[in-house]
Amino acid sequence: MATTEASPGDLRPAKKVVYCGVCSLPPEYCEFGGTTKRCSEWLENNHPDLYIQLYSEEALSQNLSTLSVDAQKRAEKDAKKKAAKAEAAESREAERKASSKVYIKRVERNKRKYVTEVSGLEHFGLDLKKVAKEFGKKFATGSSVAKTAAGGEEITVQGDVSDDIFDWLTENHEEVPEDNIELIEDKKKKSGAGAGAG
Amino acid sequence: MFKKDFNAGSKTKQEQQVKSSAQRGIRTKVLETYPRLEPYIDDILPKKEQLDLLKIPDRVNLYCLHSTPLFWQHMDDPIIPHLQLVHKYPWCFSRVRIDRGGVRFVLSGATLMVPGLTSPGGRLPGDEDAGEVYDHGGKDLEAGEVVVVDAEGKVNACMVGVLKMGSKEMKEKKKGIAIENHHYVGDGLWKLDLS
Repeated sequence: MATTEASPGDLRPAKKVVYCGVCSLPPEYCEFGGTTKRCSEWLENNHPDLYIQLYSEEALSQNLSTLSVDAQKRAEKDAKKKAAKAEAAESREAERKASSKVYIKRVERNKRKYVTEVSGLEHFGLDLKKVAKEFGKKFATGSSVAKTAAGGEEITVQGDVSDDIFDWLTENHEEVPEDNIELIEDKKKKSGAGAGAG
Repeated sequence: MFKKDFNAGSKTKQEQQVKSSAQRGIRTKVLETYPRLEPYIDDILPKKEQLDLLKIPDRVNLYCLHSTPLFWQHMDDPIIPHLQLVHKYPWCFSRVRIDRGGVRFVLSGATLMVPGLTSPGGRLPGDEDAGEVYDHGGKDLEAGEVVVVDAEGKVNACMVGVLKMGSKEMKEKKKGIAIENHHYVGDGLWKLDLS
């Protein structure tokens, strides 16, 4: 295939593509993403030249002109449906985030020793492996990621660091609001699993 | 193929480093499938850098460099570039074009059907107005070839996949499935955050 320059030996630098900050697609595809309005606002603020290119009157009318009237109507309906779906999905996520809690449990391992279990962090988009490692480092103790019976995952930290975790979470991870963290004391004996950290 | 969103599982478990012998193998395969990538192959797959292999659901291997996805491969299928890579070097790949009306469906994961390529607005090699980009020097594309699909009126490619029918067959039959199991802009693989 001939390149747009005549000789195939021509080296062109890699093309730099701008991706929309809202939907991560190239801006020309934003209309299919369901977040068109926010996308166009973002584009106007960040890349005004591209905005003019894509959203100017002529560009928009050109887009629609090649479709028949029926197809145009269908395209509009689809776009509206997608936007509504995207909005519903977003509000659901926001709700979930507001209501999902992080449980910090202190569980007895032996008579004097405790283990702290932190569950519910995945809802906030935190990478469990990374956070577990940070806990281990911060509190100079062993920590690991284990699966719970309900299918979720939790971080197990040796020792009773429940209060420290609470403070640390509120300070370093602002995605988790304070009211969403709960400290529980569990009296059940966790045999073996508590010592499985590290 | 990546209609569902996914995370890469717990990252360190699913991520492996590729042995340099395997890395060389991948380099050769990539150059075989995409000969026009040769002048850029050192930028894309530098010999000295550690290539990472990420396993994603559905038996797919994703090769990436640090946090940039490069190529993916489903089992033993041909190795396919990630669209981010395609956007950077579009002239290195075989391209076809779909008409404006089909873009919507493709971007929600629908299978690409032949009419999208044969209708006015679509471009296949051998079309009268194919121009340099879509003409392939007059050669037809064969079934089984990896092809990048552009959209009418858009600058960047919208999907990449393996052709199910040769371009000559498509023009004759004008119906049927053109490309299946592809990677499209905005799918699960595209949204995968590698940081």
